[in-house]
Amino acid sequence: MLGDRRIPDGGEVMAMTETRNRDEIYKTDHVTSIWWIVAAPAVWAVHFLASYLTAAIFCAKFADSDRSAGEVQLAVMAYTVVAIMIIAGVGWSGRRRHRDGHDRSPHDGATAADLRRMIGLSTFLLSLLSAVATIFTALVFYFVGTCH
Amino acid sequence: MSFLLIGDLSQSTLDPAGHGAAQIADLFLWMLGGGVLIWLIVVGLAVYSVVVPGGHRPRLTKTLVIGGGAVFPTLVLTSLLCYALAMLPELHRPPPEASLTIDVSGVRWWWRVGYRTGENQRVETANEIRLPVDQPVEFKLTSEDVIHSFWIPALGGKVDMIPGRETRLKLHPNRVGTFRGVCAEYCGTAHAQMAFDVLVMSQADFEQWLRSQKRDASEPSGRAATAGRELFHRKGCGACHTIRGTDAGGRVGPDLTHFDSRLSLGAAIKPNDADNLRRWISRTHDVKPGVQMPAFERLNQDELDSIVAYLEQLN
Repeated sequence: MLGDRRIPDGGEVMAMTETRNRDEIYKTDHVTSIWWIVAAPAVWAVHFLASYLTAAIFCAKFADSDRSAGEVQLAVMAYTVVAIMIIAGVGWSGRRRHRDGHDRSPHDGATAADLRRMIGLSTFLLSLLSAVATIFTALVFYFVGTCH
Repeated sequence: MSFLLIGDLSQSTLDPAGHGAAQIADLFLWMLGGGVLIWLIVVGLAVYSVVVPGGHRPRLTKTLVIGGGAVFPTLVLTSLLCYALAMLPELHRPPPEASLTIDVSGVRWWWRVGYRTGENQRVETANEIRLPVDQPVEFKLTSEDVIHSFWIPALGGKVDMIPGRETRLKLHPNRVGTFRGVCAEYCGTAHAQMAFDVLVMSQADFEQWLRSQKRDASEPSGRAATAGRELFHRKGCGACHTIRGTDAGGRVGPDLTHFDSRLSLGAAIKPNDADNLRRWISRTHDVKPGVQMPAFERLNQDELDSIVAYLEQLN
């Protein structure tokens, strides 16, 4: 019976082991990294919601007769600093993954390393976009500054 | 015909006659300029990449794509956003306490207009708004049925009129003239025929007009107009229309107390003259499909002429 099965040689065993290891890396990194892609846009969304909810509640409940909203401006400024710091961290992490090794974009090879780099690049670019969007949201409160 | 009427009145945002409209027109031109600049650079780079033969230097290509495709548009859009946002505080600031306040209510498919002339005092008119030049005016806007949107393009921005809510709009006309206002939110069959005339006049002319609007309707003179008044009441017109100083007190349709002083009829779709008025009364739904007023097709020519004669004396 054993005569029907060929025993792999040393080189084949090493290749199979490498593939298995790569698959393991692929699995864990893929799951981890995919969440990094949405992290920065999620921070932008939370910043947006927090800013407008703060303004809505303040203007409905606490605004003076002159309807100024200086407190809202301060709160939004604080939200913005926190949001930009988180987005910068996420972006920096993505850029580090993107620049891992000597490979150049578009990172479209069918390998775990390319997948990791591609997700890193996506994370980095979405972080830039989220940072701009967060600043655009904050600008509204900086310029308007009233409940009118 | 209605096109000709529209043609007489300015409803262009690019021909501003108010502070708000002037700012919006400026913003439009800056945005147009910024948009054209971005378009030229992005499309120029795309054309360059296709048309110029041979390989392109990678470093230069990267700089042009990132710089022209992302950094430059972002900087332009940020500048335009800051420019636009800087306008908002002044546009939204309420006018001074003693400013003229006008209540406007959207009704399918016409406008109920009320001038607040004192404590609990109000003068009502319809489908026409008169404003003093160089004076800030506050509009308190609401709707009696569906969502409408109040917009006088030559004077300022537009604001939605929402049932059960009061929204407000400040306008500051700075040029005497006659302009056209429209409903800017689709509201049903005759939405496109829901317009109004806006007359910006000197302060003295405005005060004189408002004084005249406070008065009750004048007594008709002449046999036809007197008969017209009788017919107006006998046919039940007063159930829907108000004519102050008479028994007519309906609130379903526009107030007709000073009907003849208005430039147009049917919510600014026809010039206010005898022929159009005859057609409006007898063939209402041909002029404005979907309108709530029934057509009085059974009136004979004499009756129709009498009612028209009466309404033409309500000035």
